[in-house]
Amino acid sequence: MSEYAHPEVLVSTEWVAQHANDPNVRVVEIDVDTKAYQEGHVPGAIAWAWTSQLCDTVRRDILSQEQFEKLMGDSGVGNNTTLVLYGDNNNWFAAWALWQAKVYGHADVRLMNGGRKKWLAEGREVSTDTPVPAATTYKASAADLSLRAFLSQVQDAVRNKTAGLVDVRGPQEFSGEILAPPGLPETCQRGGHIPGASNIPWGKVCNDDGTFKTFDELKALYAGQGIDGSKPIIAYCRIGERSSHSWFVLKYLLGYQNVVNYDGSWTEWGNLVGVPVEKGAAQGTAA
Amino acid sequence: MKTEEYSERKLELEGWPLNLTTYRIGATFHCHADNVSPGANIARTTGASREEAENKALDRAKEYLSRTKRHAV
Repeated sequence: MSEYAHPEVLVSTEWVAQHANDPNVRVVEIDVDTKAYQEGHVPGAIAWAWTSQLCDTVRRDILSQEQFEKLMGDSGVGNNTTLVLYGDNNNWFAAWALWQAKVYGHADVRLMNGGRKKWLAEGREVSTDTPVPAATTYKASAADLSLRAFLSQVQDAVRNKTAGLVDVRGPQEFSGEILAPPGLPETCQRGGHIPGASNIPWGKVCNDDGTFKTFDELKALYAGQGIDGSKPIIAYCRIGERSSHSWFVLKYLLGYQNVVNYDGSWTEWGNLVGVPVEKGAAQGTAA
Repeated sequence: MKTEEYSERKLELEGWPLNLTTYRIGATFHCHADNVSPGANIARTTGASREEAENKALDRAKEYLSRTKRHAV
């Protein structure tokens, strides 16, 4: 079995249990459901709310460099801190936070493999205490936009067929049968997908216990849809968070060089005027 | 504190797959229902028993899932 291209970006639940109180380690929980943290969390972990602390709600954007610096500083994270992120739903929004940390050049940021689900399922210690870290002064790098795709880049890629587009939403969202995941509000005018996209749902990369599948399994999953790293890859979903999880897999576990997250995703593309969509099932949705 | 009596089960509700996760922390049972794909939580509840927490979650999930429209493709 091959090893991940960058195994250093993952830590196990056991590693976190042993290092949660290490002064050079900051553990942060980021959940889809922001109420999960209050139930009980990894002792010593703080929480970030994706709805307010990991986005600029006025401009619909990721954090600015200054906002990111403030978040890190307020969280007691220094430039040399090992930042360990985890969350519910197989680290869905933890990966969103990791993507932003990489955009702003944080050197050592990792995911706890299996996330909150694995921690709870293993019956590990949980705490309801909310730590208040001592603030630090944090200096972020300028945004690395080679990790992010904007609309014009995606339109160019569609027009010129210069990138592999990976739609990581579920098959029913991809086909246009539903406009949002079941139980969630519809946030676009049209269903379907970006023309030419493959459908490789994000959840396919994880095992039942929330951990990532092996390098060989992941490689086969994407290669089965023609995504093998031989040309640039653009991942997208509905609002850019599920695709940050797939971006993490493609970039760090498989080691593909040119992978970007299109965080405008379907809530941008599906609402545009004068832009085509495709409808219908994928020819071979990843099994 | 530790999580105890952790369980997961899949079922169908209002024509949609649902994953129900339940566990106990201290004296309280916690339950959350997610929509399987993508797995977003649509209900999070507590109760004095497993049954109470799960029934509350199912009631809430049913309300949300019943609003999901299927469109002709």
